[in-house]
Amino acid sequence: MTTDPTPHQVASRPRMWTRIRESDIGYSFFRSPFAMVAAAVTVAFLLAAALAPWIAPYNPFDPAQVSLWDGKLPPSFAGGDERYFLGTDNQGRDLWSTILYGGRLSIIIGLAAVFFGMTLGVVLGVVAGYLGGWVDTLIMRVADVQLTIPGILVAILINGVGQIMLPQELRAEFSVYVVIFAIGLSDWPQFARVTRGAALVEKEREYVQAARVIGLPGWLIMWRHVLPNVLRPVLVLATIGLALAIIAEATLSFLGQGVPPTTPSLGTLIRVGQEFMFSGLWWIAFFPALTLVILVFAVNLLGDWMRDALNPKLR
Amino acid sequence: MDLLDIKNLDVVFPTRRGTVHAAQGVSLTVAPGEVLGLVGESGAGKSTIGNAIMDLLEPPGYVGAGEIVFQGTDLRTLDADQMRRVRGRKIGMIFQDPQTSLNPLLTIGEQLIESIRNSLDMTEADAKQRAIQMLGDVGITEAEARLKSYPHQFSGGMRQRVVIALALSGDPDLIIADEPTTALDVSIQKQILDLIKRLCRERQLGVILVTHDIGVIAEIADRVCVMYRGRVVETGQTAQVLGAPNHEYTKSLIAAVPRADMRLERFASVDYIEGGEAAGRKIDIRTHWLGAARADATEPEETLTVENLNLSFVLEKSFFKSKRRMLKAVDNVSFSIRQGETFGLVGESGSGKSTVARIVAGLYKQDSGTVRLLGRDVKGSWSDPAERDVRRRLQMIFQDPFSSLNARLTVMDIVAEPIRFHKLTSSEAETKQIVQDLLDHVGLGAQAAIRYPHEFSGGQRQRISIARALASRPRVLICDEPTSALDVSIQAQILNLLKDLQAELNLTMLFISHDLPVIRQMCDRVAVMKQGQIVELTETEALFDAPTHAYSQSLIAQMPRMDLLEPV
Repeated sequence: MTTDPTPHQVASRPRMWTRIRESDIGYSFFRSPFAMVAAAVTVAFLLAAALAPWIAPYNPFDPAQVSLWDGKLPPSFAGGDERYFLGTDNQGRDLWSTILYGGRLSIIIGLAAVFFGMTLGVVLGVVAGYLGGWVDTLIMRVADVQLTIPGILVAILINGVGQIMLPQELRAEFSVYVVIFAIGLSDWPQFARVTRGAALVEKEREYVQAARVIGLPGWLIMWRHVLPNVLRPVLVLATIGLALAIIAEATLSFLGQGVPPTTPSLGTLIRVGQEFMFSGLWWIAFFPALTLVILVFAVNLLGDWMRDALNPKLR
Repeated sequence: MDLLDIKNLDVVFPTRRGTVHAAQGVSLTVAPGEVLGLVGESGAGKSTIGNAIMDLLEPPGYVGAGEIVFQGTDLRTLDADQMRRVRGRKIGMIFQDPQTSLNPLLTIGEQLIESIRNSLDMTEADAKQRAIQMLGDVGITEAEARLKSYPHQFSGGMRQRVVIALALSGDPDLIIADEPTTALDVSIQKQILDLIKRLCRERQLGVILVTHDIGVIAEIADRVCVMYRGRVVETGQTAQVLGAPNHEYTKSLIAAVPRADMRLERFASVDYIEGGEAAGRKIDIRTHWLGAARADATEPEETLTVENLNLSFVLEKSFFKSKRRMLKAVDNVSFSIRQGETFGLVGESGSGKSTVARIVAGLYKQDSGTVRLLGRDVKGSWSDPAERDVRRRLQMIFQDPFSSLNARLTVMDIVAEPIRFHKLTSSEAETKQIVQDLLDHVGLGAQAAIRYPHEFSGGQRQRISIARALASRPRVLICDEPTSALDVSIQAQILNLLKDLQAELNLTMLFISHDLPVIRQMCDRVAVMKQGQIVELTETEALFDAPTHAYSQSLIAQMPRMDLLEPV
């Protein structure tokens, strides 16, 4: 008699797709219409961002394709020019193409900023939680101090300092990286707090004790044992954090602190557009804003669903 | 007439992966003044019966068929309002964990008086009088003053008494007690069981006592229902069921119960449970990698020696030394374990036995005292290569099989970790082969290597833990309550496995348990701990036959009596 009841099934594990469908999280996903719609919208945005150079009818950054004579045309369905589906902005750029490129920039900045903030926060959080003592005190007090100031103010501050420290001629080229750095740095305390809490719990679990008895050094225990087990809540936070980072970027750009108007993001477009609101040129601000709202809403819904699905207490 | 008469009860839980029949065709009766023991292992459906009677099944579970006739009425025909009047007034319930069954924000008095007025229509003053009387009944002294206390001001045993008083407050005719003593120490268990039995006799209550513990059944049940996978397999007088069981499952179950009255070489081979005995032993331990480290001439006679160990935990921090409050968890503990011996540490919760184990394993650092392992003073450093080599030879098996394995690694990676880290083999292929041999040897089969921990049951996980501990080729094994989270039949298997491994590999073991019968089956010598100190250290047989210290005597006296079991 063997303790393995189904030795034959083990050899042929179910295929990946079946495994995902059958898993708890997959089950929850395919039974939640909101989650599926949100995921579809998010994926559509990601695809549009990735494929912008191929699906946009014009390249708004190519001066040869832009004509000032075509400026301020309303959308084609509102009596505008056939060639410009959503109309054009004040410089004659096709708004639909500009939104695709702007959304691409917004999403890239959002993803990069979240990744940066998450990496920093998770590393510091695991270290603080696992080591404890003065390391923990130091890291978490810095995080606490930073959390007393609204994140967007921190980002504005870091961004401002960063831009000024760059030489004038490099500013336009590197401003995107400065924005990513600023938003990421304003975001890490959230990740550090969540990770530290989870690490404190995992540290007391017996598999960590077993690893210590085996003789593994602290960094290896943190890397192999603690880190993989604290990533669930981080995943949720990162999804919601993506929406927040996109908003933060839009806010910075709207305030004129972010990326320059020559390479507009959604925030820049809204800022430019709102100057023409009272002239009746509503579409220049409206469509970028609508895009931003739908994108952030979809990502937030996805994050909300994920939080519920991954939370064992709510099942 | 019977107080409660359950006929052909089916309880159904529809799930994603098909319908689970938590109870199938269950029939049982309870008479006034009778304690009915409902016994079974986890998943047997014993708690489900209690919840079905109270109409407290967790959704989506529901009663599929059958009758629950209580005092002549089928409870299933009552609506929610009528059922609420039955709960509390006619049927009371006692839960497992007294920590969570009382509201921490209300005083004992407030909870009792509210519950009494709810079910008995009394004035505040009358209810208070009744509450005082109830507390007196369940053995709480100075009841009037204690009414103003909050739950956290009571000890675990006292809290369970209050829970019992609450269950009795509506003057019910039937009490359902779901594992009422599982969270309590053995000395308190005895008092609580005596209390339940006395109340049952005095008030002519019917009691359904749900438990996994044969010892509890032997102690107070008049009749027993044995459940297995949702069915009642045997019902009868306690003496008959425990002494001369009819059904094969009952026989297996009772054979697996550790006996306090005598030491056996091995537990009887148990069928009728998952897994069964390890049959896949293919390796010859003498020639295998695993056996290569068997005791040779260099291993000292005293493998592990602990001298004057002390450790205090800070309860209240303060800048001033005089204001700090300390708890002496380990107080001047000394013992010495001989090569190949199993040494037991026994004591109630908070006695410091696990703390000693953790100091020896290097997880805590002692305030003072020495740990001498394989002839070398261990200072608790991993950087000194000579000390590292010694410390690797001590491994530990933990209590909770559900938290002792990293869920994100395959079983292969879990078991191979010490081999890879200490570079105990010359190639990765050899490592994999050894891991498979190890898994085979602990009774899981080599196929287990590619799976993840969540695919295994508690007993199987404990086998994985054992394989991981063996992968360091240890000479000393610390077992910290290795079976207290397991069902009794699984416990028998794991204890057998540990015995076999010890004999094969000539291991030295430090065995920690609160369970005296398990200690008797496993240990050669034993130390009894109380409040951080060793109060008695002697041969195991001597401790059970003639304990000398007063505390050991009371521990032995409070063990559940198992005279009813059939003699072996």
